[in-house]
Amino acid sequence: MYNETVMDHFMNPRNVGEMKDPDGVGEVGNPTCGDIMKIFLRIRDDRIEDVTFMTFGCGAAIASSSMATELIKGKTLDEAWEITNKAVAAALEGLPPQKLHCSVLAEEGIHAAINDYRRKHGLEPRPETGHAAHEEAGGDAE
Amino acid sequence: MTPQQGQGSIDMKKLVYMDHAATTPVKPDVLEAMLPYFSEKFGNPSSIYALAHDSKEAVEHARAQVAAAIGASPDEIFFTAGGSESDNWAIKGTAFANRKKGDHIITTAIEHHAVLHTCEYLEKQGFTVTYLPVDNYGMVDPADVEAAITDRTILVTVMAANNEIGTVQPIREIGRIARAHGVLFHTDAVQAVGAVPIDVKADTIDMLSLSGHKFYGPKGIGALYVRKGTRLDSLVHGGGQERRRRAGTENLPGIVGLGKAIEMATADIPGHTAYIAAMRDRLLKGILAAIPDTILNGHPTMRLPNNLNVSFRYIEGESVLLMLDAHGICASTGSACSSASLEPSHVLLAIGLPHETAHGSLRLTLGDLTTDEDVDHVLEVLPTIVERLRSMSPLYAVRNGGI
Repeated sequence: MYNETVMDHFMNPRNVGEMKDPDGVGEVGNPTCGDIMKIFLRIRDDRIEDVTFMTFGCGAAIASSSMATELIKGKTLDEAWEITNKAVAAALEGLPPQKLHCSVLAEEGIHAAINDYRRKHGLEPRPETGHAAHEEAGGDAE
Repeated sequence: MTPQQGQGSIDMKKLVYMDHAATTPVKPDVLEAMLPYFSEKFGNPSSIYALAHDSKEAVEHARAQVAAAIGASPDEIFFTAGGSESDNWAIKGTAFANRKKGDHIITTAIEHHAVLHTCEYLEKQGFTVTYLPVDNYGMVDPADVEAAITDRTILVTVMAANNEIGTVQPIREIGRIARAHGVLFHTDAVQAVGAVPIDVKADTIDMLSLSGHKFYGPKGIGALYVRKGTRLDSLVHGGGQERRRRAGTENLPGIVGLGKAIEMATADIPGHTAYIAAMRDRLLKGILAAIPDTILNGHPTMRLPNNLNVSFRYIEGESVLLMLDAHGICASTGSACSSASLEPSHVLLAIGLPHETAHGSLRLTLGDLTTDEDVDHVLEVLPTIVERLRSMSPLYAVRNGGI
């Protein structure tokens, strides 16, 4: 179902864990939907010095979290904000269509963490964008 | 002799296959029985020459094997393309044949989609359907069935055993209630055949669906038992096969394989149950002992002998499956993330699991080739996987007083 890059980031996720005293934290998703993503940021001079994540979710959700943290590490906050779900999915060399919402979650997680940082520094949060569509279920074939 | 002995030399050493509810491998004896009917004995059973006569005889032999396995007469067995077609035929066929009598169907919330989607289709055709609830173990209350019957009810369809959580339903009691009210009773026994004893006469069943690939037969072949005298419209129209009730040239090798497989599967159900259930129970005990915050789904005792369904709180099922697969273990989940939906299994929700717990479900279904070493391998690998996924779960961190 998943390509090698996705499986690599799922089996060997980068930047996993809870960060002590982060400068910004973003939590997105919902346990009802089966995905919760939490992104922790350490900011120095408007640049993401470190980033970690914790994710409750499927393989694509964990891989998207891992890739998203890799993409934004070292970037300025403005540059990180511009990382879209498409960029995350492209860096993973593609996700199954029904899993694209996991990359959307990663984008939203980054935005939530950046906005948390902005709020803590008296700045207006930036407006959110984008959502993915969802489709129908399967089961055992009789 | 254990069921796994004498089954030939299928090499599954590198693979721990624990998804027998999804499908089973064809047994060597079944395959051997089928092979001549692909190329040597290939005659069309509907033709009149000797080659075709052999084929016709093979079909009728298989029909007798299926009938014997469930206590039916051979002329009550009709071959289909599998369980889904059998379910569709039983439900739609009953509905359209009995429309003047009534338009109400009773089923349950935890049926297979082959039943649920068929019922939903019939609702669009003007029928009404009652979807009965189940208790926390996934058990249907026969009293609920009786209370739901009206003078417009034409069919009760309740599965014999659930494919996800393994709960075995009181079909004999439900069948008697339906019969007492003059209502037809169909049961989807796709998971039950070969696992629990079924006698269509004693269980008061009017129609029963079964599928070959669930008991070590081939895929793409099934059967529908239809009690003599049952009013049932045809689903597939065309030639005069299956006594003019189901058209289409017979899947000859499949039918032969189905007959052989069901004969083998029902030869020693108590012995089979003892062998499989002992391993299943050891696996469950080991999982519950090693992995805290684990919930058993389904009935603790009234369940299929090979079925184990658990939910690991704070993690998601597809992730567990992927990591198990990396260790050569094939399993299943009712989590939405394994499919294209955000909704977890309708069965797990129907038994009252919260969404986040339903997302963390794992189904392990053992089979004849499962060994104690396979169970040991799962018990060695699974706790580490759950621990690893929990270590990156924000829900688990909250549970432990963290973030």
